[in-house]
Amino acid sequence: MREQLRELYKYRELLYMITYRDIKVRYKQSIMGFMWAILMPILIVLSGIIVRYAYVLAAHSRLQMADVASVAVKSLPWAFLVSSIRFGCNSLTLSNRDLVTKIYFPKEIFPLAAAISSFFDFAVASIALVVFLVVAKVQLSVTLAWVPLLLLTLVALASGIGMIVAAGSLFFRDVKYIVEVLLTFGIFFTPVFYDVRMFGAKGKWLMLNPVAPILEGLSACVTRHQQPDLSWLGYSLGFAAVSLFGGYIFFKHLEPAFAESI
Amino acid sequence: MSDVALRMEHVWKKFRKGETFSSLRDLVPALTGRMFRYAELSAKDNREFWALRDISFEVKRGEALGIIGHNGAGKSTILKILSRIMKPTKGDLVVNGRLSALIEVSAGFHQDLTGRENINLNGTILGMTKREIASKLDQIIAFSGLEEFIDTPVKRYSSGMYARLGFSVAAHIEPDVLIVDEVLSVGDWAFQQKCLKRMREVITDGATVLFVSHNLKSVAEFCQRSMLIEHGRAVRIGPTHEVVAFYLNAPRNEHLKASGSQSVVISKVTVRNEAGECLRFRSGEKAWIDIEITAQTRCSKLSVSLYVTDEQYQNIFDTSTERLGHGNFSLEAGEAFSCTFELQLNLANGVFHPCVLIYRYDTQTEYDRRAPAKTIYVSSDQDVRGAANLFPNVTRQAIHSELAGVAAIASDQNDHSA
Repeated sequence: MREQLRELYKYRELLYMITYRDIKVRYKQSIMGFMWAILMPILIVLSGIIVRYAYVLAAHSRLQMADVASVAVKSLPWAFLVSSIRFGCNSLTLSNRDLVTKIYFPKEIFPLAAAISSFFDFAVASIALVVFLVVAKVQLSVTLAWVPLLLLTLVALASGIGMIVAAGSLFFRDVKYIVEVLLTFGIFFTPVFYDVRMFGAKGKWLMLNPVAPILEGLSACVTRHQQPDLSWLGYSLGFAAVSLFGGYIFFKHLEPAFAESI
Repeated sequence: MSDVALRMEHVWKKFRKGETFSSLRDLVPALTGRMFRYAELSAKDNREFWALRDISFEVKRGEALGIIGHNGAGKSTILKILSRIMKPTKGDLVVNGRLSALIEVSAGFHQDLTGRENINLNGTILGMTKREIASKLDQIIAFSGLEEFIDTPVKRYSSGMYARLGFSVAAHIEPDVLIVDEVLSVGDWAFQQKCLKRMREVITDGATVLFVSHNLKSVAEFCQRSMLIEHGRAVRIGPTHEVVAFYLNAPRNEHLKASGSQSVVISKVTVRNEAGECLRFRSGEKAWIDIEITAQTRCSKLSVSLYVTDEQYQNIFDTSTERLGHGNFSLEAGEAFSCTFELQLNLANGVFHPCVLIYRYDTQTEYDRRAPAKTIYVSSDQDVRGAANLFPNVTRQAIHSELAGVAAIASDQNDHSA
């Protein structure tokens, strides 16, 4: 594994080039350019607001700005996760088929580049989010220091899952469809539109989803100025580490058979 | 560093033919089914086949090795294993130094990026560093001859332009080991010449080259040694002309065995001059080629064809007894027969291969062929190149006209430059 990581480091310029290509192509193809990165999060935020509005109507209360801010803060990372796994899943079989069968280099570059370029979209969308949070008068606080660690956990998780589904979909064509279904319905099992707190004691079952503590943590430290739940964050961190290293080992184990199985 | 650039030791590669499980939906019932029907499992294993069987070879630093063989013989599998795209099932592999594979040189292109961006991308994919690409960018663009279109997305390129850009990037890598697979069939004639020139430079610069091609002519030009692959086995490895000769003869033998029509065979071919058996000739000299054939069964309407190819196995001359007005002849079983072709070798300097073919003239059934039957060497006092020697002679006269002075000056200049 040490050897493999050293090789990946040797090919870092290629990782950079492929990421650059993915970003460039994505923005070149769409007329809207950088709006692309914001469109999907905006749609998620809008649907979140509608769902939230339904809650408050049922509870005979009013929609708070804090609720909207929380939905917005959680939507962006979710959009990143979805896009990174989706692009990762197609990165070997669809977009780079020729390169997989014809030229040698560490192939984990493709799912990793998919994750990085999706993170770039996330960064662009975050600028819009910051503007929104300022308008919504969300205050700055020291708890923001937790954000990098939370995002790092999310990126590690996304990269790990990306590698697993990329390799999996190369050998089994239907992995792609399964992933697509999971990504579509995953939002209902993840606290994006709702908060885990709403479920009271039963909320811990929802926290078993490793994405949940990350999103809840982000919402807590950005909008409520609270420290994330450390034990649940530890759980997510552990899960992310296992998926990153496990995914990498899984990917490298299958890699030699890529060219003849595609 | 050792002087071995590349080594394969007893490499075997197994592929699975036919059905494999490509979706979970098929896999799950098949796995549960397997537990109950053990017989089916062994039937599945029988569908495996060996694409490479016990391949061993070695290429020294600075050497060029050609790999020839029919489609599906296993040439590309060897290259894919060497370039580490595939892993051998058994056996070892040693590669010393940076290896570049010119297999599908435009594989890394992206339709929506411009030519320039694709040079950067493809260069990185082929193993160049960013600095290297930056320093060679102008050279690459000039080589491709696409200066005008370099900032146009490559999806608007013609397929020829596309391939030219691909090869231009690949041609500027400075590898220790270069693997070339049929890339020289790219572009128009002028561009091909450019590519060949560049290949020669790479070889002269001391790179090790592994060259796979159906074009025996280019293999013969670049490689001193070659390997013939048949059905996954290295049938022959040695000097290129021997391996090529063996390859050219091999399919005929196979064909004959298949049809069982080995009724007439060429038993002996000799080349001689007035003095006796000889393989070195002076241009314009006479040569006699004696051909002996033996019939195993009764045959009629036979004709003996003699043709001559140049060093690269391109046909330059072709005739036959039948076409020369000697009619056709018949042989009884066990009967032998000999005929002699007298040739005037109006050939330029070089190596030529007389080839012999025996066939039934009305049905065009081929019985036996020796291609090449012999290899002869022709030398000439004059520096004439090409295939034929037309025995040129230059005469010069002064022209008495108003332009005489100019002509004289021009002719003087020619003398100096010569």
